[in-house]
Amino acid sequence: MPRTSRYARDVAVVAFAQSDHLRRTDELSEVEMVMPVLHEVLAATGLKAGEIGFTCSGSSDYLAGRAFSFTMTLDGVGAWPPISESHVEMDGAWALYEAWVKIQTGEADTALVYSYGKSSPGSVRDVLTRQLDPYYLAPLWPDSVALAALQARALIDAGETDEAALAGVAARSRAAAEGNPHAQLRGAVPQGEYQVAPLRTGDCPPIGDGAAAVVLAAGDTARRLCERPAWITGIDHRIEAHGLGLRDLTDSPSTRLAAERAGLFEAPVDTAELHAPFSSQEVVLRKALGLGPGDGDGVAVNPSGGALAANPVMAAGLIRIGEAAARIHRGASDRAVAHATSGPCLQQNLVAVLEGDRA
Amino acid sequence: MSTSGKEPVAVVGVGQTKHVAARHDVSLAGLVREAAARALADAELTWADVDAVVIGKAPDFFEGVMMPELYLADALGAVGKPMLRVHTAGSVGGSTALVAANLVAARVHRTVLTLAFEKQSESNAMWGLSLPIPFQQPLLAGAGGFFAPHVRAYMRRTGAPDAVGSMVAYKDRRNALKNPYAHLHEHDITLEKVQASPMLWDPIRYSETCPSSDGACAMVLTDRAGAARSPKPPAWVHGGAMRSEPTLFAGKDFVSPQAGKDCAADVYRQAGITDPRREIDAVEMYVPFSWYEPMWLENLGFAQEGEGWKMTEAGVTELDGDLPVNPSGGVLSTNPIGASGMIRFAEAALQVRGLAGEHQVPGARRALGHAYGGGAQFFAMWLVGAELPAS
Repeated sequence: MPRTSRYARDVAVVAFAQSDHLRRTDELSEVEMVMPVLHEVLAATGLKAGEIGFTCSGSSDYLAGRAFSFTMTLDGVGAWPPISESHVEMDGAWALYEAWVKIQTGEADTALVYSYGKSSPGSVRDVLTRQLDPYYLAPLWPDSVALAALQARALIDAGETDEAALAGVAARSRAAAEGNPHAQLRGAVPQGEYQVAPLRTGDCPPIGDGAAAVVLAAGDTARRLCERPAWITGIDHRIEAHGLGLRDLTDSPSTRLAAERAGLFEAPVDTAELHAPFSSQEVVLRKALGLGPGDGDGVAVNPSGGALAANPVMAAGLIRIGEAAARIHRGASDRAVAHATSGPCLQQNLVAVLEGDRA
Repeated sequence: MSTSGKEPVAVVGVGQTKHVAARHDVSLAGLVREAAARALADAELTWADVDAVVIGKAPDFFEGVMMPELYLADALGAVGKPMLRVHTAGSVGGSTALVAANLVAARVHRTVLTLAFEKQSESNAMWGLSLPIPFQQPLLAGAGGFFAPHVRAYMRRTGAPDAVGSMVAYKDRRNALKNPYAHLHEHDITLEKVQASPMLWDPIRYSETCPSSDGACAMVLTDRAGAARSPKPPAWVHGGAMRSEPTLFAGKDFVSPQAGKDCAADVYRQAGITDPRREIDAVEMYVPFSWYEPMWLENLGFAQEGEGWKMTEAGVTELDGDLPVNPSGGVLSTNPIGASGMIRFAEAALQVRGLAGEHQVPGARRALGHAYGGGAQFFAMWLVGAELPAS
């Protein structure tokens, strides 16, 4: 192995599956959306649900429009006989983190992690306003696009980017998505009208439904289940103040700190899967992670197309880890960084460093 | 699987709010900060000593805030730190504590603040728990409507007399009088009053149900070095586990779910317990409706199948009995739903630390904290002891 582990156990992503991300899935319940993905990821390892040491999922009741929404989705796992299981009300990237911790304790050797979100039944822009401080911010209903526009404006005012550069981010993401059969938007997409200036349609993520799942395994189990495991050599997450007035929106210190803790800066990466639902957020994340401003520096940024090509809320972060891992599995990457975000204007961020064994 | 490499985990701080029907005087942030500050004060630590925060609560619809941990990060001193948000229905308070304990056990962090809360006055839990949506059977009117048939099944299966449920409620409400943080302080409670209270969901009477509370509970968990610096005795985690099974399927036993049995067995195995009835000194179990005490006594292995009600009837579970159950007054006296599981875990810790005050079980050395949720499908438990675990 080409590295020294900072943790008690070597843990890898050994399989990844995702749904096709679609604008609407009216005909599918959440269980029906998740089940094929669960079956696919388990089939890739040959494991059955009952053989998995720990299961953890991520989702949001508000997105589902009902309390305890995850209790039904658990049925799709086939949780009988009873399983060791937990759930985070967060993006699945944090469910993966909880599962990784569980494996680190030695209480499990394998974990199934899944997450899902359907944005189509409601207005996701309105729903996400309910994430805000309920006394001072939420009553004003500032939506996710408006808040991202505030961040984009701060970046432009600070001279960190301009509208043409943002359009370039969007164009590159969607061109990359051409090679991703699961993406919702593929190929050239016009930058479009202003949604909230300075953000145009092309700077904003598509609204869609989707699910993803990952299998984690430790040490020799990982080697048995996967030809080239994607070892998690570092993983950390940090949160910042909620109030937008308390933060420098042109920077992401929580991402930088998580990356430091995950050992990202100890060696170069060749791949970065960044959870940047808005083109402007990629600018912030590149700076925080020490990635160059564009192509030509040898790092493939969002080769999957990223969240600008498919952004199933609550699964998009887990998909970044899965996409990075899948590149390692197929030998397209040796060292990759995956990032997930939550909260308005990149409030909470997770960074994972993934590495493959070198020949 | 090896568990030998785990770091021992200690509870060195516990904090609760005084649980009440409605805390109109504090925001959500004020509520959680109150409990967290008390836990830190108990541990004689400051916000700067905390490496990570793990927070839990039941559904976001109860307060109308989606993923409130984002907004609560500032109030809980989490800025610049990792913050995780757990949600496993009614068992969440227990699951949250276990996720926090795992962070220490895995040596990812040394000192972790964990907290669970519910401000139920912001909504109506009865209707928050009634789910009129397609493709799924509704939970009828609140949780009581869902659980009453299972209580009925227990009574039919075991031949338990009608009076047992009232005895549990009478006991727990009297225990609550000794707990300054308990919501219900019914100074004039009598067994006759419980038995005369209105029937809500036959056979569950009004006084055999939990209240709707506002409240929060927090704990500071730390490693062996942190425990060595602790000014008060720590509670050591000897075992902890979660188990889940599906909500509905033909083979499910709602009276004694397999997930509950498996979860308890896992905890006992980790803690080296072979005879829970003799080796455990106090139990804080999740009893939202009185009849769940005899049911869980069986499910958790304290009584043979069909015999749980006899323990209750014989007074074994009284505060001065041989196996005190819910010395704090339990969920029947205090129910901020998302926090209720963590209160069970925290009260178990207080017992083995010898810090439970008037409701202290004399000489308690090992105590079980238990939580369940969903359609009796999610279970979380831990066993804490006064001594450092053997391995």
